[in-house]
Amino acid sequence: MSQHTITVDTKTVQLDYILRMADNAMILGQRLSEWCGHGPILEQDIAITNIALDLIGQARNLYQYAAELEGNGKTEDDYPFLRDVTDFKNVLLVEQPNGNWGQTLMRQFLYDTFNYYFYSAMQNSTDERLAAIAEKSLKEIKYHMRYSSEWVVRLGDGTEESHQKMQDALSDLWMYTGELTKPDKLDEQMASSGIGVDLKSIQAQWQKKVDEVLERATLKKPESNWMQSGGKQGKHGEHLGYMLADMQFMQRTYPNMEW
Amino acid sequence: MKNWPLWEVFIRSKQGLNHKHVGSLHAANAEMAIENARDVYTRRKEGVSIWVVESVHITANNPEEHDELFEPASDKVYRHPTFYDLPDEVKHM
Repeated sequence: MSQHTITVDTKTVQLDYILRMADNAMILGQRLSEWCGHGPILEQDIAITNIALDLIGQARNLYQYAAELEGNGKTEDDYPFLRDVTDFKNVLLVEQPNGNWGQTLMRQFLYDTFNYYFYSAMQNSTDERLAAIAEKSLKEIKYHMRYSSEWVVRLGDGTEESHQKMQDALSDLWMYTGELTKPDKLDEQMASSGIGVDLKSIQAQWQKKVDEVLERATLKKPESNWMQSGGKQGKHGEHLGYMLADMQFMQRTYPNMEW
Repeated sequence: MKNWPLWEVFIRSKQGLNHKHVGSLHAANAEMAIENARDVYTRRKEGVSIWVVESVHITANNPEEHDELFEPASDKVYRHPTFYDLPDEVKHM
């Protein structure tokens, strides 16, 4: 009996953890897809929507796995399209609005760098499925990090105006970076079971890489180290609700519709 | 971004084949041109190698010179190896 209880509990915890990862990829992918048709030039429009599709593909792999774990006839579409705001467990950084091109790329850079070290470590997960998804995703993420880092340097170390815009973007977004590498109870539980990533172990790597790129971009981190958090626990800012209203419109208006 | 130079893109579709011209795009520098080419021309697995060269560095012949450059070759069929009797054993010629 107790054996059974533990198994069920582990499964629920693991499911929550996978949904966090999936929601991060989904929400950022959806955000980036808002650039489709609006990119500053054709080539960059294609580049950014390409990254959006990579992320949505990663989200799909994880949602499919979650649906299999949960059973009960769940499908990958149920998670993005039929859950409410508080059920989403993505970090606050990825739901922030696109703003201008520089803000989008700053958000992307801060996240890509985390994502890169996170998935690098995830390759060693004792969960073979997660390890395989990580290995596959990592090739895409490596390119994302290269792309967004170059843009941060290009604009940060660009003209006076582009520098100022990037500095503003960094100052606005910095407070959302804390929860990326700060473990909560679920993170710790998953790390100690060998399934998840020990966030403390990637904190220094993330910091080092970010510092390196920001220095090349001649940008300065804000002096205040106060961090906003709550996304991983389902406490989101106002922006996510509007975004979901857009993303979920079809399924909410025409339940069960397919194409 | 309107001042970004034009780049010509060459893609090698697989090992052993030549790079072929596939089109052109705008980019601020060579690095960005490679990345743009990757996204614009290889996202459906079209390539394994990319070359980019700024369009201004390409010298092309003047179309008005067409006759003197290319016409003389048109009546010299003997330059094609079509005047030999091939033994039946030789295939694929």
